[in-house]
Amino acid sequence: MSELRHQVMWNRLISIVEEQALALVRTAFSTSVREAGDLSAGVYDAQGRMIAQAVTGTPGHVNTMAAAVANFIEDIGAHHIYEGDSYITNDPWKGTGHLHDFTVVNPVFREGVLIGYFACTAHVVDVGGRGYGPDANEVYEEGLFVPIMKFAERGVINDDLLNIVRHNVREAGQVVGDLYSLSGCNDTGARRLHAMLDEFAIDDLEDLAAFVFDRTAAATRERLADLPTGTYANAMRVDGYNNSIDLAVMLTASGHSVHADFTGTSPTCAYGVNVPLTYAHAYFSYAMLVALAPEMPSNWASLASFTVSAPEGCILNAKHPEPVAVRHVIGHFVTDLCLGAIASALPNVVPAEGAGALWNFQVSARAIDPRSELPPREVLMFNSGGTGARPTLDGINATAFPSGVRTMPAEATEQSGPIVVWRKELRPDSGGVGRHRGGLGQVIEIGAATGYDISVSCMFDRVANPARGRHGGGDGAPGRVYLDNGTPFDAKGKQTIPEGRTLILELPGGGGLGDPTEREISEVADDLAQGYVT
Amino acid sequence: MMGTMRIGADVGGTFTDVVLEIGGDLDDDGSGGQMFSTKVLTTYEAPEQGILEGVATVVAEAGADLTELDTFIHGTTLATNALIGRTGARTALVTTDGFRDTIEMRTESRFEQYDLNLVLPTPLIERRDRHVLSERIAADGTVLRPFDEDEACALIEVLAGQTAAEAYEAIAVGFIHAYVDGSHERRFRDLLVEHLPNVPVSISSEVAPQMREFERFNTVCANAYVQPLIATYLRRLEAQLLETGASCPVYLIHSGGGLINVDAAARFPVRLIESGPAGGAIFAADIAARHGLDQALSYDMGGTTAKICLIEDQTPRTAKTFEVARTHRFTKGSGMPISIPVIEMIEIGAGGGSIATVDVLGQIRVGPLSAGSEPGPAAYGLGGTKPTVSDANLVLGRLSADSFGAPGVNLDDAAARDALDRTVGAVLAMDAETAAAGVVEVVDENMANAARVHAIENGKDVATFTMIAFGGGAPLHAGRLCEKLDVIELLVPPGAGVGSAIGFLRAPFAYEALRSHHATVDHFDPDAVNRMLVDLAEEATAFVAEALASTGTPVTDVALETERWVYMRYAGQGWEIPVLVDATPFDALGGERLADQFEKAYEEFFGRAIAGLAVEAIGWSVRVSTPRPPVSRVTRVVALRDIVPDRTRLIHDTATDTSLEAGIVERHALVAGDRVLGPAVIVETQTTTLLSSRQQAIMQTDGCLLVTRTTPVSKEANP
Repeated sequence: MSELRHQVMWNRLISIVEEQALALVRTAFSTSVREAGDLSAGVYDAQGRMIAQAVTGTPGHVNTMAAAVANFIEDIGAHHIYEGDSYITNDPWKGTGHLHDFTVVNPVFREGVLIGYFACTAHVVDVGGRGYGPDANEVYEEGLFVPIMKFAERGVINDDLLNIVRHNVREAGQVVGDLYSLSGCNDTGARRLHAMLDEFAIDDLEDLAAFVFDRTAAATRERLADLPTGTYANAMRVDGYNNSIDLAVMLTASGHSVHADFTGTSPTCAYGVNVPLTYAHAYFSYAMLVALAPEMPSNWASLASFTVSAPEGCILNAKHPEPVAVRHVIGHFVTDLCLGAIASALPNVVPAEGAGALWNFQVSARAIDPRSELPPREVLMFNSGGTGARPTLDGINATAFPSGVRTMPAEATEQSGPIVVWRKELRPDSGGVGRHRGGLGQVIEIGAATGYDISVSCMFDRVANPARGRHGGGDGAPGRVYLDNGTPFDAKGKQTIPEGRTLILELPGGGGLGDPTEREISEVADDLAQGYVT
Repeated sequence: MMGTMRIGADVGGTFTDVVLEIGGDLDDDGSGGQMFSTKVLTTYEAPEQGILEGVATVVAEAGADLTELDTFIHGTTLATNALIGRTGARTALVTTDGFRDTIEMRTESRFEQYDLNLVLPTPLIERRDRHVLSERIAADGTVLRPFDEDEACALIEVLAGQTAAEAYEAIAVGFIHAYVDGSHERRFRDLLVEHLPNVPVSISSEVAPQMREFERFNTVCANAYVQPLIATYLRRLEAQLLETGASCPVYLIHSGGGLINVDAAARFPVRLIESGPAGGAIFAADIAARHGLDQALSYDMGGTTAKICLIEDQTPRTAKTFEVARTHRFTKGSGMPISIPVIEMIEIGAGGGSIATVDVLGQIRVGPLSAGSEPGPAAYGLGGTKPTVSDANLVLGRLSADSFGAPGVNLDDAAARDALDRTVGAVLAMDAETAAAGVVEVVDENMANAARVHAIENGKDVATFTMIAFGGGAPLHAGRLCEKLDVIELLVPPGAGVGSAIGFLRAPFAYEALRSHHATVDHFDPDAVNRMLVDLAEEATAFVAEALASTGTPVTDVALETERWVYMRYAGQGWEIPVLVDATPFDALGGERLADQFEKAYEEFFGRAIAGLAVEAIGWSVRVSTPRPPVSRVTRVVALRDIVPDRTRLIHDTATDTSLEAGIVERHALVAGDRVLGPAVIVETQTTTLLSSRQQAIMQTDGCLLVTRTTPVSKEANP
């Protein structure tokens, strides 16, 4: 039964990290965590190798956090790790890519012996600085930087740190609340882990971790054999902040591992769309897992098969102090970039390009009349364009890929801040044509509620460079950003919406796949009847 | 209650369960009433046929006269099936301009992150049938764009259609922020009723007045979509019952666990979704009340799914929203959200028919796919070749061919063994017994994990609860589940095989009215809140009064029970905690009163309240119910004599992981105080209770089996 015992314990670990993630969602303040699921949670062995992670979570967090715990062990120092400790950072390079994400790690001791760690990450409401957006030129402007340090030592909270946080961020109560939630959910995980170890009468995670890693490594190798050994190249042009950016990759498949080299990619930019390599790594690993081994759990052994390199100064290898606040915009394209490289090798697997980056924006609302009692408000919205058409299916309309986040309901958004969402519906004719049609983008129209002026921090891509079709399919429609009177609006940076006007966003559609003349007549007729195509 | 005659009928996916109770329920000493029950196959085309067949069976068995029937209580999966099978009416949605695609865009996320070929559920109403009007109400109720009568009338002409084939059979109306102000929806409904008097209309501010447009619109669409079907069915059922001589009132159990009359059910059929499982929770709550249990864990396992529900203070907790018709392996997010009060439970794809496979990692997986009743488990010999949980139970000796209660089914041990060998054993180099033990262990672990997660969602530690097991499969797996969850006590009630239908007979007349309304503790307006609570109480009371009227009892004669719940959170959080408040109207200090209660509840959920943050209330609900009839409390009996089984068979024992000679005991032969020592099976027509070598069962005076450990738990003796 030892085989079955291990299987049962492995499943239990996954259940434990799900509980950990759930505790975080239930107590978190930031909308990105609680409404949109922008978080991750996992359990690690004593060496900092991830054994299991919650399926709740988005690839950018999951796969960066997998690497983060080793950084914590190194920086804290093995001899300074005590029972009751909790460690914290928002270091973009040692954590998950920008200052808005805090990662918290708690060691787990059993009978005085260190047996592993729980870690979790969440995107907080604010970290001070200029506020969330791409406009900073150095990471110093983007907010408070907390290097890897103790959030708590032997159960005692680091009040000095909390005091510094309180004095450096907007919405201090909520940010501090989120830090407590992060550490608290790790405690939840640890409690459940102890109960499991009690039940199975074992003292540590060594055997179980070895079982999980052996199984995963063997199965991952088996699946990677589906990609013939050799090299695969691809390039993609996207909008960037002020100048377009070329992304390039060369994948080398060895039969049991895949390496991505990003040589040929444009240099870093003066604004916060730069990407730390750990984040690019995360979306490359995600691309390989979805294409080659979708059933594989994300853990140290499955992720170990995927390695990356990039030249110094490349936008996918940003270094301190380059600005990285909206690293997701370029980072999200890494998945389509890498999938595109293997599209000809795996024609029945790889979809056409999609909208890729989320169309997130932050709205700052301020009273028109400064003497009025109306308080200043910040509102964040996540929105998605269309995904690329699949080899046997149309693309998905207005749905996030590769990101795993959700949108916020318009009614909840309007309840939380003084804006009106006038329109949020599918955008006809935006999916690329093909044997299979690209997913439709959407049209969003927003304006200020009575008494307020609003400015919008934009971070939108694929306005100049649409998602490309594949195997003869057409491109998706590019995005458009303008005011209701037709005045153009910049796709990146913070701008004010003039009083009485509304802002219209047309989100990009996904690319089509295959020859459009081969599309089934019934599907063409349905597109017209439903108004997906006019 | 002597002499009263009541029938509960639960139409499920595979079986229709009918229970007839004469003379009130059983007293503590086993006297006082009689119960007759039967299971017949569900007749999909016309579910009333199966019901009438079952009714005829139990009435004949009881030698009763149907004209003397006092009450007929019904629960049905018909609404759920119509949503899953998309067999509802041709329905239009009319919504606010700009939101035509809300029900199609859903949450803009993928419920399965690693599946490139993911297919999102098709919206209930396709795009061509979704129409818009230019009205708009703001979050605070301000009218941003007025309702335009001319535009509405022009749309009604379109909805009327040019031909009969084009005409809509039902219309759903969902406008943005209608939960704040439903006046535009009501005005449009009035116009529709005037111009299209034969088309039923559902409006979101009545069906589901809760914030979050995707959930509310989807709920009103679901209501409209199943309405013609359910209304027709209920009229037909009433008529046919009348033909058989039963002229009594007919009630429906709703998803919140209360009874409503046929009219209310026909207007709000969406409230019938999950009514069967709700009956199960009521059944467990009733057992908990008899045994004086303040913390009970209801565990219901059938052929396809297992349902787990926490019952505290003998009352199942209700939630404000749930998901139905999941399209993808029961994955969260792959179904349709329905925003109505529902008994909060977790349902997973783990039943007797759940199919076992081996995944790419060499791990045994069980469910969520089920062999159902067609083709059924391999052992049924009805064409099924895939190994199921029932097959594994048979191979391990836990089930046996001679005591299996499904009509017309002979269990084939060789077929079960063969299926397990082929699909699991051969892949993992295990013999059939080891494979079967693995399958059972995995499904038990799945259920235990679901129970743990459900408990933590509610801030509870499941180990302090008493488990109540019912449904065909639960008594077989409950003992192991208790071991996994550290649960000390297990009750297997009489009639466990038809528990949900018995639960119908125990349900009160009850209705819960809900409203989204934002209130901050710091700027609390007691008048507005008091007014809203009065409105909600009136709405709920009206439903209860309407149902009571047909019993001949004026509502004024009944001391109705009223519960008020406020859903609260720290400003900035997204998940609300339910807080129970008393009937005292709020005064100027109401905000502080709420804040205090919230912080206490928060500590219970999450360990520590957060100082210095603003608190807000988001949702409000009032539940009005007839009082639960007093139950006779069961006094626990200790073992008076040990039963020595006259038969044994080899059964795989999970506690020791070996095959042991286990006693076989007939449940009906046991009397109060009889003790059965494990390893043993206690058999009855509709289910089997399994005791491991570390467990014992003592028959109680009310017919419940009380299962406990024979020895204090020694934390898994394995080295």
